[in-house]
Amino acid sequence: MNALGFSIEIAAISVLAGFLGALTGLGGGVVVVPVLCLLFKIDLHYAIGASLVSVIATSSGAAAMYVRDGLSNIRIGMFLEIATTLGALLGAYLVARVSTGAIGIVFGIVLLYSALASLHGSPAAPETPHPDSLAERLQFKGSYPVNGRQVDYAAERIPLGFGIMFLAGTLSGLLGIGSGAVKVLAMDQAMKLPFKVSTTTSNFMIGVTAAASAGVYLSRGYVLPGLAMPVMLGVLAGSLAGSRVLVHAQVRTLRWVFAVVILALGAEMIFSGVTGRL
Amino acid sequence: MAAGDQRLEMAMGRMLQIGVTIAAFVVLAGGVLSLVQAPHTLPDYQHFHGAPPTRMHVDSIMTEAFYRNGGAVIEFGILLLIATPICRVLFGLVGFALMRDRLYTAVSAVVFAILLFSFFSHR
Repeated sequence: MNALGFSIEIAAISVLAGFLGALTGLGGGVVVVPVLCLLFKIDLHYAIGASLVSVIATSSGAAAMYVRDGLSNIRIGMFLEIATTLGALLGAYLVARVSTGAIGIVFGIVLLYSALASLHGSPAAPETPHPDSLAERLQFKGSYPVNGRQVDYAAERIPLGFGIMFLAGTLSGLLGIGSGAVKVLAMDQAMKLPFKVSTTTSNFMIGVTAAASAGVYLSRGYVLPGLAMPVMLGVLAGSLAGSRVLVHAQVRTLRWVFAVVILALGAEMIFSGVTGRL
Repeated sequence: MAAGDQRLEMAMGRMLQIGVTIAAFVVLAGGVLSLVQAPHTLPDYQHFHGAPPTRMHVDSIMTEAFYRNGGAVIEFGILLLIATPICRVLFGLVGFALMRDRLYTAVSAVVFAILLFSFFSHR
């Protein structure tokens, strides 16, 4: 195959991955890496390198859309970025020291978890906030619009959230993904922040987290221009289109279909990792 | 949320949008250029080769991109893309300093330092 045909094929599959990633709320990276590895037999290091670049692009591209709604909390995001960037450094460091098969298995587990979490959907109405002294000191609180009126919220269990964020950063650096599902887990489940605030703040943090491992990726040669180009442009285009559709369409059934696809990809990644075919 | 936060958030969003747009166009231009320059060569992506020693160093990318080497133009676009969220942190640093919020100026400075460390500790 020549370079043009290859670029078009990779770009087309990346558009699809970005679209799927936006619709399920999982992000493009978590979809594009297994597709590149399993379908195109691309080396895992190059796949995660290209994916990480696309993750920075989609996070930055989508942030412009979200900040208009005033849903993300920049203070909470900035503070937790200390945890995710440190984790990302650890994750990027681990890539060179862990076997490809092991990375594949971890990737598969994250895919399975993400697919199940995406079906869980947004939880019920927020409870009244119980800010502790740490949340007061760090100003981990705010208000967001619910049916036209502002509802106050505050964070609880910040140390637990901080710890989970470190894990999210490590997975991001190890797997070249945004690990949005784990970031949402830290804010929504651990810190009891409203679901919408959690998802938009998570997206806000993804670009900076990925940038922290990008430096390591570049110096190790994981980012190849010929591969990163179609992946980045494809995933970016696909996810922008996906988030447009998400606003208009009823996607409950689609989400189920996609979750099954992602479960299958996850199982295949684990299988490939265990049998040493990655 | 305070009005200052809202304004800072808007400025960050706008900055990210501009950064990613410029980076995407540079990457696209580099892609077209490299496909025109070498339409038939396809590198081996199936096996990991490690890092070529001189690639991906900022000055060598700039020089090569200047001579319109397609691959180097893509790499330059990727550098612009990575710089975008880093600039966002710098934006936050300045914004919180202007709001005289010492805690969050320090928080932004720590994140910025970690990002700089990731770039300059491996050379």
